[in-house]
Amino acid sequence: MERKIRVLVAKPGLDGHDRGAKVVARALRDAGMEVIYTGLHQTPEMIVETAIQEDAHVIGLSALSGAHFPLFPEVVRLLKERGVDDILVIGGGIIPPEDIPKLKAAGVDEVFGPGTPLNEIVEYIRRNVKR
Amino acid sequence: MRELAERALRGDRRAIARLISLAESGSESLKEAMEIIHPRAGRAHVIGVTGVMGVGKSTLICEMALKYREMGKSVGIVAVDPTSPFTGGALLGDRVRMNPLASDGEVFIRSMGTRGKLGGLSGAVYDAVEILDASGKDIIIVETVGVGQAEVDVIRIADTTVVVLVPGLGDFIQTIKAGLMEIADIFVVNKSDRPGADSTVNELKSMMEISEKMVPVVCTSATEGEGVDELLVEVENHFQMLKDTGELERRRRRRYETELVEIVMGRLKKMIYDEGRFRESVGELVRRITDGELDPHSAAEEVLAGLLR
Ligand SMILES: Nc1nc2c(ncn2[C@@H]2O[C@H](COP(=O)(O)OP(=O)(O)OP(=O)(O)O)[C@@H](O)[C@H]2O)c(=O)[nH]1
Ligand SMILES: [Mg+2]
Repeated sequence: MERKIRVLVAKPGLDGHDRGAKVVARALRDAGMEVIYTGLHQTPEMIVETAIQEDAHVIGLSALSGAHFPLFPEVVRLLKERGVDDILVIGGGIIPPEDIPKLKAAGVDEVFGPGTPLNEIVEYIRRNVKR
Repeated sequence: MRELAERALRGDRRAIARLISLAESGSESLKEAMEIIHPRAGRAHVIGVTGVMGVGKSTLICEMALKYREMGKSVGIVAVDPTSPFTGGALLGDRVRMNPLASDGEVFIRSMGTRGKLGGLSGAVYDAVEILDASGKDIIIVETVGVGQAEVDVIRIADTTVVVLVPGLGDFIQTIKAGLMEIADIFVVNKSDRPGADSTVNELKSMMEISEKMVPVVCTSATEGEGVDELLVEVENHFQMLKDTGELERRRRRRYETELVEIVMGRLKKMIYDEGRFRESVGELVRRITDGELDPHSAAEEVLAGLLR
């Protein structure tokens, strides 16, 4: 059976920049993954519904303007509410280091700061997909 | 598997999504599910939307879907984008233009990469369409970029094929080259808010006069939502014509014939490449061909004889 990792790259919140998210999306594509890109201004509800329809293995959330709280944990909560426990949730963007443990405590699987080498993200996903 | 299929029939979106994934990965366990799915499919109107890159297919599909929702019809969308032949990865970006549909529970959107499938690209798209159909969607829209033969083949799934182009000669020629002229049931000149739409319409019409196959031409501006009502009228007229003339039956028979052959071919390829005994003998045959001991045609006879035994 052909196995292909599918990643939803989503941009919750109101800031209008998705350059970082696009760079990550392209890196994942170049690593052989299928990347579903949905554009700016996604609500947590849209993100979770999209991840379900697309049967994504991974949700990659990107936020630049402090939107990671409460939006990242909200995505995790909605997944739980829908009974989904096999999607890896990772975050990136501009996130103050002191917030990272809080995000993880809230159920985000991993958080990558700015300047994380792209292949580190690729490797993390390959090692940690849940199905 | 049976339970997954039953859930999909009831419209459970996680089950639908998981079944489509199984179809995409070429899983053989899908058969059990399709035994249940297939008898319940065949109600939906399947609309193919194709055209060269960037003509506005996704934007237009979103507008169409919004209109169908206003009419109370549920909608499934399968959006196919090319997979890179070098990395096997794909950037599936059609949803960027479909965000107004993202939180409507009566709309299901699935993005697909063309992948390098053994079973052919169309296989997974056929299955996805059947699954969405059986789950109760009234309208199913398939988007493909009209670039190669594989994509043109995929669109043959559709009952009604809409070929989208934009004003300007470059895309017009691209569209002809891609072989999209022949498959159109309806032409759309999108981006008609730009100059030159009229002359593109005229060129289409004079081309059709030469080939003596006249199909409707609709001008739209997907970003303004203009012309979409007219397009849906033509789509509905076409579907009615298909039903009245018995052409619908013929098209569906052609669809299932193509699908049947593809499944068989896919399984054969899998046997040749994946199963140990064949891989060995194929390897040996290739060596003999390379060394000039055997010609490829005679070698093929041997492989076939082995498969049929
Ligand atoms: N001016 C104008 N722009 C449009 C119209 N429809 C779409 N666009 C723009 O054209 C660009 C491409 O639109 P898409 O809907 O992504 O086109 P597509 O054919 O799906 O593209 P691919 O899937 O990449 O082949 C976007 O920037 C749209 O906003 C239109 O009617 N008028
Ligand atoms: Mg598109």
